[in-house]
Amino acid sequence: MKVLLEPVGSEFSLVVLREYDPTGFFDEMAVDSQQSRPHYQKFLDEFSQISASEFDEKRRAVDLAFMRQGITFNVYGDSQGTERIFPFDLIPRIIPAKEWEYLERGLTQRIQALNLFLHDLYHEQKILKDGVIPPYYILSAKHFRREFVNFQVPKDIYIHICGTDLIRGGDGQWMVLEDNGRTPSGVSYVLENRRALQRTFPGIFEAIGVRRVDQYPQELLRTLQYIAPNGVVDPTVVLLTPGCYNSAYFEHTFLARQMGIEIVEGKDLLVREARVFMRTTKGLQPVHVIYRRMDDDFLDPTVFRRDSMLGVPGLVQAYRSGNVSLANSIGTGVADDKVMYYFVPKMIKYYLGQDPIIPNVPTYLASEDADRKYILENLPKLVVKAANESGGYGMLMGPKASSEEVEAFRERIIADPRNYIAQPMISLSTHPTYVGDGRFEGRHVDLRPFILYGEKTVIVPGGLTRVALRKGSLVVNSSQGGGSKDTWVLYGDE
Amino acid sequence: MLSRVANSLYWMSRYIERAENTARIVDVNLQLLLDSRHLNDEQLTAYWMPILQATGDDESFLKLHPQATGQAVTEYLVFELENGNSILTSVTQARENARMVRDQITVEMWEELNRLYLFLRSPKARETWEDSPFEFLQQIKASSLHLVGIIYATVVHNEGWHFMQTGKFIERADQTTRILDVRHTTVPTKGLPTKVSQTDALEWSAVLRSCSAWDAYKDIHGGDVTPVKVAEFLLLSDSFPRSVRFCVEELDRSLHDISGIPSRRFSNDAEKLSGRLLAELEFGTIEEIFAHGLHDYIDLLQIKLGNIGASLFNAYIFQPFVNMEDEILVQQEFQQQQ
Repeated sequence: MKVLLEPVGSEFSLVVLREYDPTGFFDEMAVDSQQSRPHYQKFLDEFSQISASEFDEKRRAVDLAFMRQGITFNVYGDSQGTERIFPFDLIPRIIPAKEWEYLERGLTQRIQALNLFLHDLYHEQKILKDGVIPPYYILSAKHFRREFVNFQVPKDIYIHICGTDLIRGGDGQWMVLEDNGRTPSGVSYVLENRRALQRTFPGIFEAIGVRRVDQYPQELLRTLQYIAPNGVVDPTVVLLTPGCYNSAYFEHTFLARQMGIEIVEGKDLLVREARVFMRTTKGLQPVHVIYRRMDDDFLDPTVFRRDSMLGVPGLVQAYRSGNVSLANSIGTGVADDKVMYYFVPKMIKYYLGQDPIIPNVPTYLASEDADRKYILENLPKLVVKAANESGGYGMLMGPKASSEEVEAFRERIIADPRNYIAQPMISLSTHPTYVGDGRFEGRHVDLRPFILYGEKTVIVPGGLTRVALRKGSLVVNSSQGGGSKDTWVLYGDE
Repeated sequence: MLSRVANSLYWMSRYIERAENTARIVDVNLQLLLDSRHLNDEQLTAYWMPILQATGDDESFLKLHPQATGQAVTEYLVFELENGNSILTSVTQARENARMVRDQITVEMWEELNRLYLFLRSPKARETWEDSPFEFLQQIKASSLHLVGIIYATVVHNEGWHFMQTGKFIERADQTTRILDVRHTTVPTKGLPTKVSQTDALEWSAVLRSCSAWDAYKDIHGGDVTPVKVAEFLLLSDSFPRSVRFCVEELDRSLHDISGIPSRRFSNDAEKLSGRLLAELEFGTIEEIFAHGLHDYIDLLQIKLGNIGASLFNAYIFQPFVNMEDEILVQQEFQQQQ
C-alpha cells in the first residue's frame, strides 16, 4: 500500500487512498484502490486541502495536548507508574446514517434482551426451566451471584451502562464480538477524541454533517438519577473509583467532572444503619446512587473479597435495604461470561420473539461434546477465549500461535471445557491509518458503542473505534498496542 | 466537600509552594557563592550545611553523601527523589495530589502542573540545570507563580479554594522562615547584632532577593541592608506577600472562610492558634525577637505553623477510623442485630 504525494500550492498533500490497496479485507473507506465509499467522499475532499507538513504539525499538536491534559492510561506491572497516551489516529472512522440506524436497532434489542435475561435469571429462571439455557452453565458461571436471587433491583434494570464490541468480517457484515455489562470503559476517549479532532479540523464537522457526542455525560447522569431509591427527590449521585492507580482513572475523573458529581474512593464512604454517607469537611452527607467503577468482588469486604481495601464495609447491606442504588447492578458479570454470549441470540428469540438484528460471531462451546471435538480438531484455525477474561488476555489466536501454544491450550480446554469457547478467526475490517513517513496503510478496527439503559435506551452516535496499530494485528486492546480513532456518524448517507 | 479532596487540595498547594521555595533557597546560596569565589571545601560545606539544616534534611542527606559539596547538595535539593522535599519530589507529590482531585481543579491548572512535571522529568531539565542553574530555578519559580495566578483566576473561590489557600500560606510562611534562617550564624544567638560588615550586607541582600523582596525592601529602607531590618521585613511586614505576618493573616482569613465564623472568633483549634499567632506578629517587635534569639524564634514559629496545620487536619480531614478491620466488625455487629 502506498501513498502518493500530490502538489497543493507549493506543498504536498497527503492523498489517503491513492494506490491504497484494501485487497483481502473489508475496508471501511476504500471500495478498491480506485474508489472510496460514498460516505467518505466529503471528508477526503476536505482532507486533500491539508498539506503534508500541516498534517504532521496537527498530529504532533494532538499528541502533545493529550499528554499535557493527562489523557493517559496507567500501565500495570510497571513500577514507575508509567502513564501512556492512548495513541490516536487522526483519520476518522465514518458511519453513514442508514448503517447507524441499523446498529442502533440491533443494540437496543440486545440490551433489552440482556436485561430481561438477568431479571429472569435472578427471579423465576424461566429460561432455564424451559430448557433454552442448560442450568449447568449458570451454576458454573463465575459471576453468577446466587445471594441476589429474588433481590429487587431499582426499576428492574441490571445493566445500565453497556459497552458492546462490534466487528465486521470480510463481507462487511456487522457482528457482536462481546458485551461488557460490568464496568465498560473507553467513553472518555470518545469525547476527548472528538474534542481533539474539532480543534484539529475546525469547520469540517459542520461541512460534513457529523452527529454530536458531547451529550453523553448528561444522558449518563439522567440514567443514574432515574434509579434513585424510592422517595428520594433530589438524589446525590457519586462515582466510586478504585483510585488513581486504576488504569481507567482518567476516565473516572473525567466523567465525574462532566456530570458535576463527586468522585469518591471506598474510604470516603461510610455505612451506618444501612445507609451510605460520604465524609465531607462538614460531616457526613447521604449518598443515594453510586456509579461504581469497580467489580462486584471489591465492593464490600464483609460480603465479597475480605482482603479488598478498595470497598466499603456494609455497602451491600445498604443496597439490599434499598437505601442506595448501584449502577451497574451486582451480578451482571454473568452476562459477560463468553458462554452466555453464545446464548444471547436465543435470549432475544425467547424474550422478545425476534430474530437478532446484529448476529453473533459463530461460536463453539468446549463443554458441548460435538463442539469440543470440532474445536480440538481445528485448533490452529480457531480463536479460543477463556470465558471470563477480558482485555485480550487468556486468548489463543490459532492461526498466529506456535504449536506449543496450541498444545498448551488443548490441555487447558480438556481440563476445564466449561471455561472455553472458540470462534473462527474473523478478519476484522480495515481502515486507512497513518503509519508514518506520509504513508497510510490498512489497520484492523472494531467499534465499541456505549449503550445507556434507563427510562429509555440512549446510544451516543458512534462509539470508540479501536485500531490495532501493529501491522496485521487483530488485537485492538490498549494494553496490547491498540490505538483509537474518532468515530463519525453522519446525518446523511453521503 | 469530601475530606479526602480537601486534604489533596491542601497538599497539592503546599507542595507547589514548597517546590518554589526550595528553588528560592538553592538560588540564594548560589548567589552567595557568586559573591565569594575562592572558597575551599570546608568553607563550601559551611555554606551548604545550614541550607540542609534549614530544610530539616541534614541527617537524611548525610546518609546519601559523605560531604556537603555544592554539587551534592544542589543535586539533593533539586532532583533527589529520596529527598521528600526536593523540587522534583515536591512537584511529583503536587501532581499526584492533583491527579486524585482532577475533577475538582481546572484544566488550565492541571495542564500547567503537568507541564512542569513533564519538564522536570525530561532530559531538557537536566540540560537547563547544567547550562544555567539560575535559568533553571527561574523556570521553577515562574511556573509556580504561574500556577498561583491560574488558581486565583480560574478556580471558583469556594471551600476547596480556601483549602488551597491555607496550604499555600502555611507553607510559604514556613519557607520564608527557613530562607531567613540560612544566615542566622552571622547574628548573635541572643540580642541585636552590633556591627554589620560589607559581606553581611551582601549576604542579607541575597536573602531578600531570593524572597523576591529586594525592590519592596528598597522602597522602604533604601540601600541600607541590615539583618535586623531584613528580618523585620520578612517576619513582620503587613503588606509584603511573602512575609510571615502577611501569610498568617491570609491563612487566618481562609480558615474563617472555611468555617464561616467571623474573624477574631474561633470554632476550632486551627482558628484559635492562627488567631493567637497573628496577634503576636501584629503586636510584636523585631527587638523582642532578637532579644529572644532569631534562630530560636524561627524554630518556635515553625512549630506553631506546624500545630496550625495539624489542628486543621483534625478539624476537617481526620477520619474517625482508619482501620478497615474495625469497620468490618462494626458492620457485622449491625447485620447480626437485624
